[in-house]
Amino acid sequence: MGVIRAFKRNFSDLFKKLFKKQNARIGIYGPPNAGKTTLANRIVRDWTGDAMGSVSHIAHETRRARRREGVTINTNGSSITLDIIDTPGLATKIDFHEFMEQGMDEAESKRRAKEATEGVIEAVKWLENLDGVILVMDATEDPFTQVNVTVIGNMEARSLPLLIVANKVDLAEASPSTIRDAFPQHPMVSISALEGKNIETFYEELAKRFG
Amino acid sequence: MIPMQGFQMDLVSEHRLSTMSPVEKVRFIIDEVKSGKILVLEKGLSPEEEAHLIEMTMTLIEPDGFSGIEMESYPSEVDTSFIGKILKKNALKSRLTVIGPADQLKTLKKDRDMISALISTTK
Repeated sequence: MGVIRAFKRNFSDLFKKLFKKQNARIGIYGPPNAGKTTLANRIVRDWTGDAMGSVSHIAHETRRARRREGVTINTNGSSITLDIIDTPGLATKIDFHEFMEQGMDEAESKRRAKEATEGVIEAVKWLENLDGVILVMDATEDPFTQVNVTVIGNMEARSLPLLIVANKVDLAEASPSTIRDAFPQHPMVSISALEGKNIETFYEELAKRFG
Repeated sequence: MIPMQGFQMDLVSEHRLSTMSPVEKVRFIIDEVKSGKILVLEKGLSPEEEAHLIEMTMTLIEPDGFSGIEMESYPSEVDTSFIGKILKKNALKSRLTVIGPADQLKTLKKDRDMISALISTTK
């Protein structure tokens, strides 16, 4: 009997390993200060009651990728469960003097710059381990940044789904139409992650793209 | 005679880069940019190579030294040629790319088909 039970258990484990559907891993990407962590906090708070990380007006506040597993989002009668990865802001240059201009002392600025470079490396490495990307852009800024072009190119090359978020539409100078015109081949949602504006539409689009 | 001052700009042909492996391309670009040159790549890099270049750049940033690169490329275009469709499900055509030291090259304006940059002769 013990042999049969062990066989059943092993078979069951094998079946689970073979057919268990993993949660889709969705990375939140974008340049520094686009509102990635604010959006991650909004998603996680809305669906788990928790938070992902701290936010700041100083760039590179998030310098380590953070993963939240099993976030279940219910929208329009359907349900999806995702692993959300909040990544550090991508950049091609990091100068510690910019942190000093924000009032940090030299030692602290240099430390933050060093951590920021490590964060960028981590974010780039995550690109190879994702099932899709939410690309957050600041709707008050020029969307044709190299970071945006590189992230979009990587998703297109891998044929992975991408959702562009035009964030900060609560600000008067926001121009989400500029983002839509820049990357018309990808779906885009205009939101204010800070105020929750249009967040329901965002969740619907999230389920549609990654469900 | 007043000695000419300025920066060096290298226009790198598609052929020159096509003979290099992805690792060699990134190394070549980093070495040239760190020495103060501005590179204009006729064909640019693939998105994966761009990501690798960003990664490599981050490992070389030093306080009061190399602060990174300024890189500007146009969004990729999907290769709609017959060969492109056969070879890859989603083949992308990379386009002209400008890369230089972050403290010397500054992008002024960029859109889908135009890059306008300022090159500083002083750091």
